Amino acid sequence: MEFLSYLISGINLGSVYAIIALGYTMVYGIAKMLNFAHGDVIMVGGYISFCAMSYLGLPGWLALILAMAVCTVLGIVIEGLAYKPLRSAPSLAVLITAIGVSYLLQNTALLIWKAAPKVYSPLIAPTKANGEPNALRLFDGQLTVSYISLLTMGACIVIMIALTLFTSKTKMGKAMRACSEDKGAAQLMGINVNATISTTFAIGSALAAVAGVLLCSSYPTLQPTTGSMPGIKAFTAAVFGGIGSIPGAFLGGLLLGIIESMAKAYISTNLANAIVFAVLIIVLLVKPAGLLGRYVPEKV
Amino acid sequence: MKKFFGILLALAMVLSLAACGGNGGGNDAPANSNPPASTDNNQPAAAPSGSAFKLGTIGPLTGDAAIYGQAVANGAKIAVEEINAMGGAVQFELKSEDDVADGETSVNAYNSLMDWGMQVLVGPTTTGASIAVADKVSSERTFMLTPSASSADVTAGKNNVFQVCFTDPNQGTASADYISANMAGSKVAVIYRNDDAYSQGIRDTFVSQAKANGLEVVYEGAFTADTSTDFSVQLTGAQSAGADMVFLPIYYQPASVILTQAAAMNYAPTFFGVDGMDGILTMENFDASLAEGVMLLTPFSADATDARTQNFVQAYQAEFGEIPNQFAADAYDGVYIMKAALEAAGCTPDMSTADICEAIVGVMTSLSVDGLTGQGMTWGADGAVSKDPMAVVIENGTYVLP
Repeated sequence: MEFLSYLISGINLGSVYAIIALGYTMVYGIAKMLNFAHGDVIMVGGYISFCAMSYLGLPGWLALILAMAVCTVLGIVIEGLAYKPLRSAPSLAVLITAIGVSYLLQNTALLIWKAAPKVYSPLIAPTKANGEPNALRLFDGQLTVSYISLLTMGACIVIMIALTLFTSKTKMGKAMRACSEDKGAAQLMGINVNATISTTFAIGSALAAVAGVLLCSSYPTLQPTTGSMPGIKAFTAAVFGGIGSIPGAFLGGLLLGIIESMAKAYISTNLANAIVFAVLIIVLLVKPAGLLGRYVPEKV
Repeated sequence: MKKFFGILLALAMVLSLAACGGNGGGNDAPANSNPPASTDNNQPAAAPSGSAFKLGTIGPLTGDAAIYGQAVANGAKIAVEEINAMGGAVQFELKSEDDVADGETSVNAYNSLMDWGMQVLVGPTTTGASIAVADKVSSERTFMLTPSASSADVTAGKNNVFQVCFTDPNQGTASADYISANMAGSKVAVIYRNDDAYSQGIRDTFVSQAKANGLEVVYEGAFTADTSTDFSVQLTGAQSAGADMVFLPIYYQPASVILTQAAAMNYAPTFFGVDGMDGILTMENFDASLAEGVMLLTPFSADATDARTQNFVQAYQAEFGEIPNQFAADAYDGVYIMKAALEAAGCTPDMSTADICEAIVGVMTSLSVDGLTGQGMTWGADGAVSKDPMAVVIENGTYVLP
């Protein structure tokens, strides 16, 4: 029974990683850049929804939509101001810019919301008014799965499927894949590369807002550095699953969460992170492109 | 316009040179104990002016741990106002500096207080910052009394650094003693942060004292700064090990997540915290009902009925609009201890910082002070205070004695 309970915490944590990793992988797959500011967009999403719920008294779903709207705009603005001018610059320059944007967002949040941690009101309260946990109880109450975990897992699967359908079926999705394969050729085929990349950022940032709300709902504390560590873990997950691949990010995130949970439960809480990253190194030694990544040989 | 900038630049250079000079003078002071008291008259920055002692406090007024630093600055302010209103021989002039709980910033804050002419220091507030500043005051010979930095490393090897709060090893030992005396037969789980000297230090002494007392520690789970969001694994581990008491030698922010997640999984042991837990009730948007029944070891309870505590709480509430926590009380006591020490040593405000330091160091170990955080506090030559810690339990959003 404990094993199942550890597994569920692992899947819950993994689902959050997976949603963040999907955002990373979308942007990497299409724009071929690592958007290190992604974790901080998550934090902004968390704060926007926190303010909407706590200060304006809006219901959770409305706060989520507001956070998505603000983050989408933020994503487009960041892309337009910081990344678009560097479209033809070496990728290292873009990477450093992304790190800069990340610090800019963190410190702006520090100025606006101050550093004192805030307690987030989860979308679904962890306990009912009578003190009973708000959870699904299985096996005579031996196993409890909170509704927020179920929501997180469900959201993760829905987003993964929707993104896969979007990139394979819609016109915009096809344009994205074309840009991903060859920007120059895509442009010659009449695809507006800039608009396509902006759309990618918009989708990635909206996902970040969803991830922010779900992250803070599962682990209800919020401060300006909230997004950075999950961001790095999710980046790891994206690489683990094969960066650029949507099912890969999902699988990578989920596995990372489960490994982390199991390592904490059965090996040592002291070594959890070391084990997670050791597994990553081994996987990359065996499959350099990640679990589901495509290995593209460099043409010389 | 160009000329204006030129003048500004020149001015800045002159000022920075002056600042360097001041520090250099300080570093020339003898580094060892028992120096001749008269060598330090060449410090114009520390030259006293007026009839009041210049007392400085340092703490995080902004940033992560701002709740502590602000409490210290506010508590010291109330004590200074009271002392000045009484109009005795010892009067204080107070200045509080921000260090964002960072060692380097704290040394800068200390330097700027020295430039102001500080004679005695009540601070810094947090352990890391205090260790950095303690090294500096030890060589510059400024008397330092930290209200709340609880690590033994702060005072180790420095004869002019003293503490108002009890030390980390003491907290671990006292917690284990309290639990085995009052809740014998508890099965204890410990969740601690292993990349933090404060948490690790308390956990170490707690576990060894628990063993000595025959207390059963059934589960231990660690976390680090970057795994401090998800505690469901540690909580499940504690629950399945049958722990009915969870000892949390950590700060209130991760503790708030632990309380929320435990409630979500219907796990309701007795949570037992130490002084880092103080502050959880003032966290923005925190559901105080989650902290119901949480016990913590603190030397101060705002609900104590003695007149002195009541006066302090009222004055604090009137001035700052909130109930003072333990850090405010520590700083309040710190200022009174400083007053008692200055009186016992017969210091006058025209003495230099270093002279005052040596004079106070001489009387500190023979001093006994009654304060909000303990009756008859005394100090050993190692700088650690001896007083009894007190356990309180949170009921209806306030601390009450169990």
